[in-house]
Amino acid sequence: MALRGDWMYENNGGTCVAIAGIDYCVVAADTRLSVGYNILTRDHSKICSLADKVVLASSGFQGDIRALHKNLAARHLLYQHQHNKQMSCPAMGQLLSNTLYYKRFFPYYAFNVLGGLDNEGKGCVFTYDAVGSYERVGYSAQGSGSSLIMPVLDNQLKSPSPLLLPARDAVTPLSETEAVDLVKDVFASATERDIYTGDKLEIVVINASGIKREYLELRKD
Amino acid sequence: MELQRSMVDGSVCMKDSAKSEISSERTLYPYVTGTSIIGMKYKDGVILASDTAGSYGSTLRYKSVERIKQVGDHTLIGASGEISDFQEIMRYLDELILYDKMWDDGNSLGPKEVHNYLNRIMYNRRNKFNPLWNSLVLGGVKKGQKYLGTVNMIGTHYEDDHLATGFGNHLARPILRSEWREDLTFEEAVKLIEKCLLVLLYRDRSSINKFQIAKITDEGTTIFPPYALKTFWGFSHFQNPSKGAAGTW
Repeated sequence: MALRGDWMYENNGGTCVAIAGIDYCVVAADTRLSVGYNILTRDHSKICSLADKVVLASSGFQGDIRALHKNLAARHLLYQHQHNKQMSCPAMGQLLSNTLYYKRFFPYYAFNVLGGLDNEGKGCVFTYDAVGSYERVGYSAQGSGSSLIMPVLDNQLKSPSPLLLPARDAVTPLSETEAVDLVKDVFASATERDIYTGDKLEIVVINASGIKREYLELRKD
Repeated sequence: MELQRSMVDGSVCMKDSAKSEISSERTLYPYVTGTSIIGMKYKDGVILASDTAGSYGSTLRYKSVERIKQVGDHTLIGASGEISDFQEIMRYLDELILYDKMWDDGNSLGPKEVHNYLNRIMYNRRNKFNPLWNSLVLGGVKKGQKYLGTVNMIGTHYEDDHLATGFGNHLARPILRSEWREDLTFEEAVKLIEKCLLVLLYRDRSSINKFQIAKITDEGTTIFPPYALKTFWGFSHFQNPSKGAAGTW
């Protein structure tokens, strides 16, 4: 058996999506845990509430994801002790990027979307690859269903080109309920064609009044 | 060329002072293995079941291996995979429980805590490329709250109302998904478990007809003595198998 190799990783599947609005942010992920063609469990959350206004959703290898979430939660606790305040979403965004790059040569097999409210109360979504490369965007999808979902979000949320000058905000003008409905539709579609997505959808909405959780049943096949 | 013990994980290897390490001891592949574990919650607590076989590759070397053990007052652990690594895990867990008891503060570690500790051990060993080659099921009850979780050798862990490892995932869980209920009595739960164990006996070549069931409730733990199930081989297809091909054996 090799000293390193792909026995150390497995892909537990799943999809994560986040959409930033004017004064809210929606973060959603399915709850199916799979290995190969097997379903391990239908009710496993991929979402972690890191701070008052910061929520992280990750898909990939569940062992690494759990370790990453625990790591960030511990760092956030330290930050609170040292600064006597909660971490902002952009700050957590940078911390996540650094944490991922720290393991550049033995990566966390985790594909992340970080969602929350920035310091001005506007919706804030950061999207990452497995080694920490990140960007602030108006919306993002990561995981096994991302290639099915991103084109639909591009179409519906009419993201302005990042090449435009002056730079246009990618935050969507949709209302909170409209964004949540879009997320439900997009997951229902991904569930049809992606075998790793399904069972149940967990939707987290962050706005000025706090964090709200909602669930939607998805197809179980 | 000399033998050196690593300060990091205690592994021994041959080292040439001029060159880096040439060979080292780490789990490369399992030797003596246990097959599936099945676990499920029922009305009063949690049930774990397994057979008592320890296979050495394709040889059924050991036939009385206890693969389900008690951990503290509130937890049962069942292990499949490398038996010696399970014994190592029991050493870790017994030490954890001992230190917890030594505090003598009226508190005791519940199944959630033990599972979390185990998850970290398994994940950290995987990070050092020296895994404990096991898939474990942890079940328990504490203050009326039932818990059932699992963790494997690379650190993937989750909880559910019913769980299995290895072949049990393929053969037992579909049965459990269709017939498990929240309010099973102990007798009904045993019947359901025996149904799963029978399928595993017929279809998993590394299982034997000697099973052990363990239950845990708020009142305490019971690991029942091993027993055998009745099998049926009288299918018409098995009678006179060479009927259609004279001269065959």
